[in-house]
Formats: sequence, structure tokens, C-alpha cells
Amino acid sequence: MRLATKSTVPGEFVQVVHHDRCIKCKRCVMGCGFNALEFTDRVMPGENPCVACHFCTDHCPQQCIQIHERPYAQAGHDVWSPAMQKRIVRQAESGGVLLSAMGNDRPWTVLWDNLLLDACQVTNPSIDPLREPMELRTYLGRKPERIEVETGPDGKPKLKTKIAPQLRISTPIIFAGMSLGSISLSAQKSLAMAAKKIGTLWNTGEGGLHEDLQDYADCAIVQCASGRFGVHEGYLRNSAAVEIKIGQGAKPGIGGHLPGRKVSSDIAGTRMIPIGSDALSPAPHHDIYSIEDLRQLIYALKEATEYEKPVGVKIAAVHNVGAIASGIVRAGADYVYLDGFRGGTGAAPTVIRDNVGIPVEIALAAVDERLRKDGIRHEASIICAGSIRSSADVAKAIALGADAVAIGTAALITLGCHVCQQCHTGNCSWGITSQRPELTRRLDPSVRAEMAANLLEGWTEELKEILGALGVNAVESLRGSRDRLRGVNLTKESLDVLGVKHAGE
Amino acid sequence: MEIDARGVYYKQLNEQIREAVGRGETRIVLRNVNGQRYIGGGLRGDDVTVEVNGVPGNDLAAFMDGPTVHVMNNAQDGCANTMNAGRLFVHGDAGDVVGYGMRGGSVHVKGHVGYRVGIHMKAYKTQSPVIVAGGTAGDFFGEYLAGGTLVLLGMERDGKPLVGDYCGTGIHGGQIYLRGAYDPYHVSTEHIAVAEADAGEMKAIEKDLEAFAEAFGFTLGEILSEPFTVLRPKSHRPFGDLYVNRP
Amino acid sequence: MRHRWDWSKEISGCGLAGLISRRGRKVSGEVPIRAIANLHDRGNGLGGGFAGYGIYPDYADHYALHTMYYSDQAQDLTEDLLRGHFSIAHSEFIPTRPTEGIGDAPNLWRYFATPRSTRSETEGEADTVMKTVMRVNDEIEGAYIFSSGKNMGAFKAVGFAEDIGRFYRLEEYEGYIWTAHGRFPTNTQAWWGGAHPFCLLDYSVVHNGEISSYGINRRYLEQFDYKCTLQTDTEVMVYLLDLLIRRHGLSIEMACEVLAPPFWKTIDRPDMDPEEAELLEALRITYAPATVNGPFAILFGHSRGLVGFNDRIKLRPMVAAEKDDMLFISSEEAAIHIMCESPDRVWTPQAGHPVIGWLDESVTS
Repeated sequence: MRLATKSTVPGEFVQVVHHDRCIKCKRCVMGCGFNALEFTDRVMPGENPCVACHFCTDHCPQQCIQIHERPYAQAGHDVWSPAMQKRIVRQAESGGVLLSAMGNDRPWTVLWDNLLLDACQVTNPSIDPLREPMELRTYLGRKPERIEVETGPDGKPKLKTKIAPQLRISTPIIFAGMSLGSISLSAQKSLAMAAKKIGTLWNTGEGGLHEDLQDYADCAIVQCASGRFGVHEGYLRNSAAVEIKIGQGAKPGIGGHLPGRKVSSDIAGTRMIPIGSDALSPAPHHDIYSIEDLRQLIYALKEATEYEKPVGVKIAAVHNVGAIASGIVRAGADYVYLDGFRGGTGAAPTVIRDNVGIPVEIALAAVDERLRKDGIRHEASIICAGSIRSSADVAKAIALGADAVAIGTAALITLGCHVCQQCHTGNCSWGITSQRPELTRRLDPSVRAEMAANLLEGWTEELKEILGALGVNAVESLRGSRDRLRGVNLTKESLDVLGVKHAGE
Repeated sequence: MEIDARGVYYKQLNEQIREAVGRGETRIVLRNVNGQRYIGGGLRGDDVTVEVNGVPGNDLAAFMDGPTVHVMNNAQDGCANTMNAGRLFVHGDAGDVVGYGMRGGSVHVKGHVGYRVGIHMKAYKTQSPVIVAGGTAGDFFGEYLAGGTLVLLGMERDGKPLVGDYCGTGIHGGQIYLRGAYDPYHVSTEHIAVAEADAGEMKAIEKDLEAFAEAFGFTLGEILSEPFTVLRPKSHRPFGDLYVNRP
Repeated sequence: MRHRWDWSKEISGCGLAGLISRRGRKVSGEVPIRAIANLHDRGNGLGGGFAGYGIYPDYADHYALHTMYYSDQAQDLTEDLLRGHFSIAHSEFIPTRPTEGIGDAPNLWRYFATPRSTRSETEGEADTVMKTVMRVNDEIEGAYIFSSGKNMGAFKAVGFAEDIGRFYRLEEYEGYIWTAHGRFPTNTQAWWGGAHPFCLLDYSVVHNGEISSYGINRRYLEQFDYKCTLQTDTEVMVYLLDLLIRRHGLSIEMACEVLAPPFWKTIDRPDMDPEEAELLEALRITYAPATVNGPFAILFGHSRGLVGFNDRIKLRPMVAAEKDDMLFISSEEAAIHIMCESPDRVWTPQAGHPVIGWLDESVTS
């Protein structure tokens, strides 16, 4: 039985306003999507707790608001921390399932930070990426095992092998799938514009393709997930590629639930469901209970698109990921998208987000190795996602065997996100994950697209610097070259799975 | 004086040359050179001339500071490496990386030059190095050029493009002269300003062209029979916008 | 020009020299020895070697298996394996002479042998030889088959190349193709198996440079049952060539396009023939893991000729020359003048574009 409608659990943050500098413009009050500020005779903390989204601090012309952690002294206890106690109280009050957004926020080891890259000294030269060619162009999709060449009537060699459709991207970084619904149309449009500018891909997520984004369909991966929202023949045909979404790193094995309050008319129209109704994605695809069923769906999509689009499969990184990925490739997938346990979400049960799945570093290494052992590595590309934070992470993922990485949270940060993890509330002050028009119209795609594109450009330049230091001038020469990585402070087991030597070896 | 270099290891050969210069010899003729490195390396003496017969080894005239060297055959890689002053004439082709980081003096090559020629030459006050090549050049001609002058004549092309790809990439000082037709594909205009040479610019290299003509038996008229293009950096800080401070 | 006293101070990298007579005229092994001696300072005395083609006319139809043994047991195990799969026409010590500077030689044997039967219908003779070589090198401790082609052989050791040539009495051999290598090993300990050339079947490679893409090249090859056992990056080059040319049926020119692919900028050129661009793109994306990146100059000997080949931005030197039916390739022009007094033409090959000397068909048939 639910007790009080308003929780007794205190908020974690509090705003401190320096009234001597405040000019009472009220931008902060009006800007807060969470109603966490109010104005009486002056700006005061409001009815709802502050979530530290920093919309107010970043928009205060006087810079007179600061957000502090709310002091809440308790007798110190490492096991029964205040956070743990708050969760228990919250559930005691409600009997509910704790919900979170973004990715796993527990202090798990980020293995990227225990991997270090190589560089050339003397025995082979480093290459100067600013003045010599440095190639990052990447093709995602099935490759033949070998090329057959025939001689044409003019005596010149000609390609005989038929090459499966490929996704050509200018840099090995794409945007992760984030549905219209989980994020706003302005946010999706920003990423779509950035992808088009850079020559890479964005991903519709499972919520369909809004008609305003038709111009960006040719650089969109369109998802076909268990809810089949917005999936129709034109959606599939106009895309760059089709992705069957099986799972998501933040919530492996869990379906989706877009609450009816986020289902605005835009979203209703795109998903083809009534306004205000919940959009429920089943946990599994009910036409896929086994691997042969996956094959059936992959080929249904290939038939529907006349074999002109790559069809990929996105899975969460779980314990047996190597064998699963091998099955996916044998089932005909053109790429496997691995989402690690730190991957983000618009909403997931906290217990799942924080405790299910495995690190993507490990999953990536296991999948790449398994596909090689099975002799099918060329049959599919690997996309690695789930907390790729920097170009260093990108380079390390590529060295472990990824063909490309996908970025979700990093992309949202370019749109203004401060990782307050309240996406599921629909109150995002920045207009990224909310659907309320007064909030979403703040997000100007023309500005934010530039910022998202700038991030890709900056990372791309940094990748070139890394490749140059490694003495290679094409990204394929780093891809899978695990001898260019060394581990520090990792267990022997981790090193074995990663296929990486310890530093000094 | 003459030195027979046949079968002599480079250390002994270069010792003999330095000893001769120390004794006051001003004209040294080397016979039967084949692959000995560092000939003229670090050598001083503005009045000294060394004539090399045979193919000298790598790093010919590296760090040289004053003398004149004539190579009567082809030269290998790395000639005039970081040369400070003096003159080098190669009466055949020269290999890769001619005049790397050259600080002053001149190199004249009758024939072709290899890859990465004139990389990061620099000029300071009265020091301004010059390389004139009579044939064609490989890729990365004038890469990182920081100062001085590169002149590529293409008198004989042997079916090759005048200049290879990535010509002048990263140029941030100095100038590159190209004589006659070249493939614009090989010259990125992102950082390079391209223009036909004007009278003043031609005047600036007149002495170097005369020296080339005289050394290798050409007339100035035939060298000037084709128009010259000058490549210059658009900026002395081509990568100024690339970096931002980490917050 | 040998001066052992100061080798450890001189740093420069490896030296290469090679020659081919297109008409199949035999040249004494003395010639490559003298050429590589001229490049003495490019090595450091920690490895060198030679490959000669046309040197075994009496056993031209047999695979010449050059083998080094570090124990009697390794020899017993290897010979048991060979007897199981091959008819051995002749076997003997590889003739050597005591040579100053060459010490601690393993037992060096050669077998002239033919696979008795292949293991399956689809497997050819060459596959059997390849698998046997991989198995011996991977599984029998202290045994290495370092040369396995017909009418050709590799000779390699730890020491200066010219001393190695004398040790193997190469002046007593005559071949129409020779390659030679003086080594300056950097990343691996000096040992006999790690010296160049690296060979499989009739392919031999000598290499100057370091393969910065070794990690992925090796992992790619492992998918095709190549086992990299010799602790040296160059090994992948010979296996890649075997895979691309013998097993995938690409021409030598196409294989070179794979190893040193044209830049995308070149493939994208508007004036590029669309069909050629399509082929080059397909080769690049299919064989991306076979791209050999980093500095290299190689001499690649095979039963039909000699190939000299550079990385695509020319990070290692290479010079070629011609006279009559002879083609000469070397790291430095000086070594060419040792092999040929007055060449008709000397030139610097373009980066990423092979120089190929083909044997006349009358020689190869």
C-alpha cells in the first residue's frame, strides 16, 4: 500500500542564492523543469528537490546561484550509507520499483582507464597527422572472405565479387540509439544534423522516425525493436541501415516503458499510438524466442529492403556474449552492436541498471576473439557502446577489435545534459529528455548540432594524433591490434580475456 | 689532392678529408667512392671544394658549414641534412630527404629528387637555404617548410609528375617555385596560396637559376622558357585554431 | 669493408639487396654476398640471410625443406612427421664452413621431398607443405623449417650477412634470383630462426622496417591457420603474400594493392576509372586487416620472379636499376654498383608501387 504521496526522503541537493547579487530576473525560477525554485520576494528553493541539472546556474546572468550537496549528517556506516537508507525508505513508502536513468552510476572499475596505448620511438617512425595523410574512414557491414578479380574486355582487372551493402562513415564514431520519446525531437534533430555534417550516422532508437527528420533518414540507423513503434516499409527503405534492438546495456532483458505523460502528439504520430497512452516495449521480441527466429527476422528485414541495407543487431553485453554474438553473425547480421553495462537509458529499474550485464571492454574483447576463432569476423562489424567518454576510449575500443563506437551520453552532454539522471521524469530543464514544449523549445538544433559535430571533429583530430603516435596512417591498422595496448593494475584473468599484456611485458 | 676511396671505410675516408683540409688543401678529389657515409659531414672552410666520383653514402654534407661539394654521380638519401652553409652540386639524381632542416647554403641537383625533400628548412636573418632540383620530386616536397626556397624545374620529367602528392603540406614559411605544368591535385590549397611568379619573385631566384645553369650545362633562357608558380603559406600559424585549453 | 669493432654504436636499420636475371642466367652467390657487405653498416651483426632461386636444378621438382634443429629429439620428431607425409628423395647436412663471427649453429639439414598424399580431396600439395611447416614450427620445440620451396632455398643465421654467406658457402651456388639481408634487430632477441629471409613454399621475403600493424596482421592470419612462431614481424608479410596470391588467387600487383593500399583520396579522385575505384575500394575494405602499415621496404622472391616494394608513404629506402635482362634492387645505390658496374638505368621506385622482375616463361616452365 502506498503511504504518503510526497516522500519524506530529503533531496540530495540544495540551491544557494547570493541575494546581494541577484537582480530578480527570475530566469532560474522559470527555467527549472523540476519546479525546484520559487519566487516570493526573492528566489528560494521550491517545492520539489533540486536534482543538480544546473540549468539555473548556467543561465543566471549574475552567476549568483550555486548548487550544493544538502548536508545530511548521519552516523558513518560504510554498509548502510545514506544512499542505501534512502532507497529503502523510498520503497517502504511506496512498495515500488526504483527507477533510474542514464547509465550505471556505481563506482565499478572502468577498464579503459587501466589500458594504455603504445607509441613509436626510434624503431619505427611516428607519423605527423597534421601534415601527412591519416585515414579514419570506416565501412560497417559484411565483408567477403576474399575478393575475386576477373579480367575485363579491355584487359584491365575488374571486381567479380559482389560486395554486401556497407555503411561508409568518415570517422569510427556514430551516435547511439535514443528514441523520440526518450529524448525530444529537438535533441534528435541536433544529432541528425551533426551526423549529416560529419558524414557519420545517427540512430532513431525504437520510437520511429519523425516526419521532420525525413531529410536525415539516409544517415539514420532505424531500429526495429520489440514494440515495433513507427516501423513501416518506408521507414525501413529510406534508412541507412536497419537495427534489430534486442537489448540495451542499462537494462538487459528488460522491456521499455515510455509513460503516457511523455506521449505527446509528435510522439504519438511517429509511434502510431494514441496521445497520452503508455508506449510499452515487450522484454523480448515475441517473434524471437531463439536464434533461428532472429535469422527469420533478419531476413524478413533484408527481403523488405531488397538486400540494399545492412541489418544489424544490438544486444546488451551479458555473460555469454561471445557465443551470442557468434550466433547473431551466423544468423546473418551485418553488424553486432554491443552495449556494455554502463550504457545509458531513458528509464530503467535501478536494480537492473546497476547489477546486470558485464563491462563492454570485456564483452568486446570476448566477441572479437570468438568471431575470429569461428572464422566469421569478416562477416559482421562490431560497434562498441556503453560509456565511451573520450577519444582515448575510442582508440582503446578499436584496438580491442571494435569497428566503430557509438556515443549516447557524451552526445547528450554536447546538447546541454549535466547527467542529473532524471530523464524518466520528463522534466529535463534542458529540453533534451522532456517532451513539454516550453522546455524542448529551449534546445536550438542549429546551435546544438554544431556542438555535437564539434565533439566528433575534436575526437577525430585526437584519434589522428593517437594513430600518428602509433605509426600507422589508417585506422584499420589499429583495429584489433591488441599488442598496441598494455594493461596496468588488472588481474591476470582480466588481461587474459582482454588479450592484452601487462605493462612492461 | 686526390684520395682513392676504394675499399676504404667511411671513418678512415672522412678522417683523411678532414686532415687534408686541416693541412690547408682547398681542392680534394675523391675517386671510387661507393656508399661511404657522411662525406663532408660537419666540414668547415668556405674555400674548400670536394669532388666526389662514385656514389656517396647517406648523410652527405650533413651539418656542413662552408665548403662546396660536387657529386659527379647520383647521391643517396639524406644529403645536406641540417646543413648550415656551403654549396652542394649533385650532377645526377638525389635520394630522399634532401636538405632536412637545412639552415643555410644551397643544394643544386641536376636530376630528380626523392621523397620528403626540403622538409622543415628554415630561415633566420641572413641565413636562407635554397634547393634547386632540375627534374621531378616525390611526395611531401617542402613538407613543414618553415623558411628558405625550393625550386623544382622539371627540365626532364621521364613521364613522372613534376611534383608528388602532399606538396608543401604544413608549410608555414618560405616559398616553393614550380616550373611549368603541375597537377593541382598534388597541392592542397587549404594552407597554401598559389600564384604565378611575378618579376620580383623571379629576380629573387635569378642567381640560383644561373648557378644551376652554369653547373649543369643549361642556358638561363631554356630554364625561363616556362612560367613559374610560387607556393606560399597562407599563414605562419596554420594550426593555430586546432587546439583549445583543457578546462 | 668489415669493421666489427664499432657495430654496436651505429644505428641505421636493415639493408636489402637483390637481383634477378629475367632470362634465367645463373649468378654466383658471391654477388649478393659482396652487395650486402657494402651495406654492412645497415646491420649490426645480429642476423642476416639470403634466398636463392634456381639453385637446386637436380631436385627442381621437390620441395627443399631447410630445417634447423636445436636438439636430436627435435630432429627425430620432425623426421618422423616428414616420413609420414612425404617421400624424401634426398636429405643431408646443409654444407657450411667454420666462419669467424658465426657461432652456436643449430643442426642444419635439408630434405628434398614430395608430399606422398594430400589429406583431403580439396587440399593441394602446397597446402600439405604449408600445414607441415606450421605444425613443425609451432609444435616441435627446437625444430624450424625455414625454407620450403622448390628449386630455391634460404640461408640465414646470426652474424653479419657477409659472414653468413661465407658460412653457407654460397659462392658454390648459382641462382637466377638472389635476395640478401643484413639485419639490425630491434624488437626481438637475435636468434637464427628470426633472421631474414622468411619463407613459405616458394615465397621469400627480406624486409627493412618494422610493421606497426603486426598485431592485427597476425590475428588476421591466424584465422587462416597461419601460426606466427618466429617472433618477428616480417613473418606476417610472407604469410600474407601466400594467402593473397596462392590461396585467394590475387595477382602479385593486386596483392601489393592490398598490402599498401592507395589512399582514399586517390580512390576518390574524380578522374579515377569508376571500375578501378570499385575494385580498389573492395580490396581495401575486405583486406583491411591485411594492410601492412608502418615503414617497410621488402624484396619478395618467388618462383616466377622478384618484387621490390615499399610502404605507401616511403618510410624506408629503395633503389632499383636495370642492365640488359637484369634487375637490381637495394636499400642503397652503392650496393647496386657492387652487383653491376654500369647499370643502364637507376631509379627510385614510387612508394606503394611494386617493381616487378618476371622470369621469362622459358625459365619457369
